[in-house]
Amino acid sequence: MSTLEIRNLHVTVDTPEGTKEILKGVDLTINSGETHAIMGPNGSGKSTLAYSIAGHPKYTITEGSVTLDGEDVLAMSVDERAKAGLFLAMQYPVEVPGVSVSNFLRTAKTAIDGEAPKLRTWVKDVKGAMENLRMDPAFGERGVNEGFSGGEKKRHEILQMELLQPKISILDETDSGLDVDALRIVSEGVNRAKDNTGLGIMLITHYTRILRYIKPDFVHVFVAGRVAEQGGPELAERLEAEGYDRYVANA
Amino acid sequence: MTVTDHTQATADAAHSHGIVPDKSRADRIVSFDADAFPVPTGREENWRFSPVRDLKPLFADEPVAGHLEWATSELPAGVTLTEVPVDDARERTVRAPGDRASALAVKHSGGAMALAIAANTVVDEPITIDLTGVGGDVRGHLLIEVGQSAEATVVITRTGTARYSELVSVNLADNAGLNLVLLQQWDADAVHAGEVVAKLGRDARLRGTVVTLGGKVVRLNTSAAFAGEGASVDLFGLYFADSGQHQEHQLFVDHAVPKCTSRVTYKGALAGATAHSVWIGDVLIRAAAEGTDTYELNRNLVLTDGARADSVPNLEIETGEIEGAGHASATGRFDEEQMFYLRSRGISEDQARKLVVRGFFADLIHEIGVPAVEEGLMRQIDLELEHVADDLQEEPGDE
Repeated sequence: MSTLEIRNLHVTVDTPEGTKEILKGVDLTINSGETHAIMGPNGSGKSTLAYSIAGHPKYTITEGSVTLDGEDVLAMSVDERAKAGLFLAMQYPVEVPGVSVSNFLRTAKTAIDGEAPKLRTWVKDVKGAMENLRMDPAFGERGVNEGFSGGEKKRHEILQMELLQPKISILDETDSGLDVDALRIVSEGVNRAKDNTGLGIMLITHYTRILRYIKPDFVHVFVAGRVAEQGGPELAERLEAEGYDRYVANA
Repeated sequence: MTVTDHTQATADAAHSHGIVPDKSRADRIVSFDADAFPVPTGREENWRFSPVRDLKPLFADEPVAGHLEWATSELPAGVTLTEVPVDDARERTVRAPGDRASALAVKHSGGAMALAIAANTVVDEPITIDLTGVGGDVRGHLLIEVGQSAEATVVITRTGTARYSELVSVNLADNAGLNLVLLQQWDADAVHAGEVVAKLGRDARLRGTVVTLGGKVVRLNTSAAFAGEGASVDLFGLYFADSGQHQEHQLFVDHAVPKCTSRVTYKGALAGATAHSVWIGDVLIRAAAEGTDTYELNRNLVLTDGARADSVPNLEIETGEIEGAGHASATGRFDEEQMFYLRSRGISEDQARKLVVRGFFADLIHEIGVPAVEEGLMRQIDLELEHVADDLQEEPGDE
């Protein structure tokens, strides 16, 4: 049982026009086995929340705390956060030319576990996970995200999540830009990971469509850098019918 | 970081007028007479990026006492290594030296070593020549002669230290194939100015790989000239400049006859405040060279602040009847987003940097075609990166 606890999180970013506050006091608690959908209009700070938790150097935490099972996440380096059990599936995964997917996966798994995986089971695990995500085995020999289509990039993110087995996973707009077939495959992967390891999920999305495939336990509406409203799955249905206009008008 | 990328200016000039702004590359003097070349001041076109002060000992017209220690793999049948007197060596050199250091290297070498591969000899195993500097001033002249339809791989490794200048002449007879690998793995205080001049007969194939990791100053000037139709040249280069290192690679591919192909691919990484790399790639397609196909590429990866990469591609085209001609030059910062991506998967900063740099060089290393060299190189690059990690830890403000 793990808990990611975000308290009164304030985050700024430096822009050419000066320092800008993006997150203005976020409170959120995610436990193992729970799926939290973070929904909100573009520019509301959803991605900033994701990247701040993962430790992207672009963002400065000015106030508040993030803890994982009581440990201070904000004091950890980026790789320490991953080793502690956090995972961020990125909206725009970065190309790392010349580094093969299989080498990358093995290196990451070794880093997370603190020891190299047993070769035989590892090869089998990777093969199985790739099959589940309908990824061609030749994928392993390609450069990381190099020339991947949008759908391939997202499947590759979920592949990593399944293999690295984090405690808490943040999915940043994993559904954006996917056709319905790819969306279904990716969602199956997320549900499978949750069933297998009981991970907690922060599902950041702009659209409600993915919630047909990944059922949230909680829905948080994110507006202007803080949670404007929260509730159960019914809140998502309401958002689907009404959109974000109500919140944006108030903000 | 200072990046000097002259691509656009040269490209514009070359593409709109067909010639580079200054006089043609073909007009540059070549001579065995060292006096034909005044002592470089650093203002000359071909020395303008070079640390002439460090190279000064190589410009002195006087005898030297030093030598490199030679160790050669066992030579198979059809392959000979012989000493050649100075006068004969000149005769057998494919082209006269192109600068003062090279001319003086021939003059004071005391004769050349000639590696000859007889016609129709096919050597499977690489021929290795290890040259070790034991200090002092050394002048060298090397002839590599590959007979008609012969094929071989030659790996020349330089280690130790010296103030060394040399001329390497490469003569490929018709239909000959040579894979020539030059490894500069000098100690940190070595100074090396070398010229490699290659001539290719009809249908000949030259693969040339240059790897420069060591030395204080390494300046290698490679020229390849086509003497017969249907020949091809692939020139690969890999360099890694640390603080205090100057690594310069000049290339000149002379398309004088029709239907020849050339590819030039050089990649370098730089780390440390005073690391400096220079790449100058000249390609000349003469009026007679119809059906030429050429492409040259230089990429630099700047790992830390303060390193400087100069990159100057030049393309002169005197005929429009060609298959293709292009060049690309790009110098980029080490990508923080790549680092974040890898580190967010639990991979440590050092390990992530290793992955990125290995990835940057990976395709190039696989072109060398000598497994033992390829494996050794990956290890050497890892070692270079460990220095980078030390450098970064000294930088204030780094996490």
